[in-house]
Amino acid sequence: MTKLTVTTAQQWLDGFAAAIAAHKDYLSELDTPIGDGDHGSNMARGLTAVQAAIDGQDFAGLKDLFKAVAMALISKVGGASGPLYGTAFLEMAKLGDQDADLGHLLDAALAGIRKRGGAAPGDKTLVDVWTPVVEAVKAGSLTQTVVDDAVNSTKDMVARKGRASYLGERSVGHLDPGSVSSGYLFTALIATGVFA
Amino acid sequence: MKKIINDPANVVDEMLDGLVRGYPQYVERIPNTGAIIRSNKASMQGKVGIVSGGGSGHEPAHPGYVGKGMLSGAVAGQVFTSPTPDQIYAAIKAVNTGSGVFLVVKNYSGDVMNFDMAKDMAELDDIPVKSIVVDDDIAVKDSLYTQGRRGVAGTVFMHKILGAAADQGATLDELDALAQKVLPNIKTIAVALSAATVPEVGKPGFELADDEIEYGVGIHSEPGYRREKLQPSKALVAELVGKIDDEQHLTADKQYAVLVNGMGATPLMEQYIFTHDLLNNLGDRGIKPAFTKIGNYMTSIDMAGISLTIFELADPQWLDYLNYPVETIAW
Repeated sequence: MTKLTVTTAQQWLDGFAAAIAAHKDYLSELDTPIGDGDHGSNMARGLTAVQAAIDGQDFAGLKDLFKAVAMALISKVGGASGPLYGTAFLEMAKLGDQDADLGHLLDAALAGIRKRGGAAPGDKTLVDVWTPVVEAVKAGSLTQTVVDDAVNSTKDMVARKGRASYLGERSVGHLDPGSVSSGYLFTALIATGVFA
Repeated sequence: MKKIINDPANVVDEMLDGLVRGYPQYVERIPNTGAIIRSNKASMQGKVGIVSGGGSGHEPAHPGYVGKGMLSGAVAGQVFTSPTPDQIYAAIKAVNTGSGVFLVVKNYSGDVMNFDMAKDMAELDDIPVKSIVVDDDIAVKDSLYTQGRRGVAGTVFMHKILGAAADQGATLDELDALAQKVLPNIKTIAVALSAATVPEVGKPGFELADDEIEYGVGIHSEPGYRREKLQPSKALVAELVGKIDDEQHLTADKQYAVLVNGMGATPLMEQYIFTHDLLNNLGDRGIKPAFTKIGNYMTSIDMAGISLTIFELADPQWLDYLNYPVETIAW
């Protein structure tokens, strides 16, 4: 069982924010052929707000920390990514004070994402990254390869949700931008060393 | 990119301030939000509030339709990006006078999710809220395997109908029933000559050759169903009316309202030419529209192109609603 603490969670979010800032243009480029070209700028605006909300703050527990993160994402990202990432952190906040087990937290987050967006595995959305990653975390076997394979698996899928679904077969051959940003989220989680 | 702006990051903020400062008789802005509400508060007393909104870049939609007889509030997100739930909720709270609030949402995953979250927030505060998701764009196949049809220019007719009914005292449940009844009668299809350039992106959302057009493009540069060489206006009309006829089965014994909508960079001169051809095409089918609107009502920044909306007036009262007087910037 892997436990999360306020300190490791803050490291995780700092790492995620840094990755989004570094890949802002790349995420928007990925979003151009199959979306509307703004995933990078929307996520960067959201993560800047997240950092403003958590940097230098003392949080009593994961609940308060994740709630602050969720509210920053919900109120700053917009589009579909704001409600989806925001809901993920809100669901983790609900569990945070009773249960710091990472598998349970991420499981609750994924259930929230699926309920909010209605996507299933195979629809070419961030659910396709979260599903195998959460399974691996619960099995104690999350590695960078699991994350990378999950992100790359979206390339050959036909989009069935969101704006990319209007392209149908033409969405094949493109990585899903939300899956790529979720990949950064889990890469940042591994980098905190919680699994070491 | 050549645009009259200061900083691409500030376009929405500066646009909304310009809008409310230029038209204080109609609208005001809830500070630190993208929520634009009526300045005529007395006109909302005892009435159900109507709130719409969506990403920016569709001006005059949606704040241009805020005013007595139409919307009570409109929430503007970033360019082509849904507004956030806290801002939508701020508008709901500001226009609720005790009779509840009805939301008009266009069918995009972001808009649907953010408006749903705002609805949850309002319900926690005991404000009754109902909503309709408009999906009038027939270019997209309506199937379980897509997001479904997009909400586009026909949404403006929904605003007008509901706004008129609300002003005449319709209850939240009556507006809900009216919206459900109106929705399947509104059909829209577009043709694009060039794509929009989002200021923060700096280049067009897709490329079309100088002599190329694309049918069925959405209002955020979503792809359409066919590309071909540019055709004369008459041929464009024939294609678009034909597509709507496949869905709506246009007949001489029914009443219709039509909206010829410029996408942002198409001059009115071309829109009037298109309308001339449209009225000829419909005339050949024995149809004379009971109501016509021509102009830029639901744009896509600087996209060149036109969308055609045909609204079957299945209930004669809907024509009265369309003709009902409003006090707005843009209807």
